[in-house]
Amino acid sequence: MAKKELPQINAGSMADIAFLLLIFFLVTTTMDVDTGLMRRLPPIPDKDQKDTDDKIKERNVFVVLINKNNNLLVENEMLDIHSLREKAKEFIANPDDKANLPEKDYKEIQFFGRVYVPKNPIVSLRNDRGTSYGTYLMVQNELLAAKNELRNEISSQQFNKKYKDLDEDQQSAVKQYFTAVLSEAEPKNIGGK
Amino acid sequence: MSRFKQKSGKGLPAINTASLPDIVFMLLFFFMVTTVMKEVDLKVNIHVPNATEAKKLEKKSLVSYIYIGKPAQRFQKLFGTEPRIQLNDQLMQVKDVEDFIAQERDSMNESDQSKMSVSLKVDENTKMGVVSDVKQALRRASALKINYSSIKVDKLQ
Repeated sequence: MAKKELPQINAGSMADIAFLLLIFFLVTTTMDVDTGLMRRLPPIPDKDQKDTDDKIKERNVFVVLINKNNNLLVENEMLDIHSLREKAKEFIANPDDKANLPEKDYKEIQFFGRVYVPKNPIVSLRNDRGTSYGTYLMVQNELLAAKNELRNEISSQQFNKKYKDLDEDQQSAVKQYFTAVLSEAEPKNIGGK
Repeated sequence: MSRFKQKSGKGLPAINTASLPDIVFMLLFFFMVTTVMKEVDLKVNIHVPNATEAKKLEKKSLVSYIYIGKPAQRFQKLFGTEPRIQLNDQLMQVKDVEDFIAQERDSMNESDQSKMSVSLKVDENTKMGVVSDVKQALRRASALKINYSSIKVDKLQ
């Protein structure tokens, strides 16, 4: 008897409710993924650490300066930002073994064997306080791109694959091939604000 | 409807829509799970620069955000138009960055603290002065993994 009293609950509107919620989430959802350039800051040097005046040969350093008007001075020459990548690539790899580009030396690397590669080139970047962030990031991007392009070139030469598709051992071998580090000078006020 | 029914007689049966809620619920759950609500409301205007080498940021729970840019229109009366730093929901000074990082670090699991990274969302027209100051503060707070937020593009113009 009680069974007859209770009618089935009408579930027809369930779809409507679900649709409503669905549309709400459809509208509020943002599928953006954050992208950016990963960098590592150097730790603060110890106070009692002496300036060890490490003599780094000038040919091993690639100096990039950016002034407050967003002009670039690369190795004491004004340079357009669009040519920076090529210039940096030439510096990092030193394909023709030029005397004003980094020293090269023989090195034993897995997969590659004995290769003649630049020893430890350093890319040094310094900017003014008045430099715009857009330019700064563009320079960072170009320098990073130079390194990545060289890595890609050597990986496709050796393994017929892009750098990011290599396995871990191969990647570290390629990393040893081009060891250039990007160093940022301690901030200084050049040319005022 | 009944008029049609009479004409066609018992030709086409109605399509069973009983599984429609299930399908819709499935979609709903998908969106509920993938959705990320905006956590902060921005008080500064930010248009991040483009970059070709940008990589995807992983593990969002380990990332703290620092926003630098001109205050939004409605705050310009109060804060002026000089670039400011926004931490969480407030506009702060450079000296607050270290505290902010310490706070963020404390709120993490101990095992995750070493993997912490900071994403700098900086407007492209900001001068490097304030960015350098923030970077120095991050170094002092030993939050050394940073990420310059930028939009991935295939080619810069």
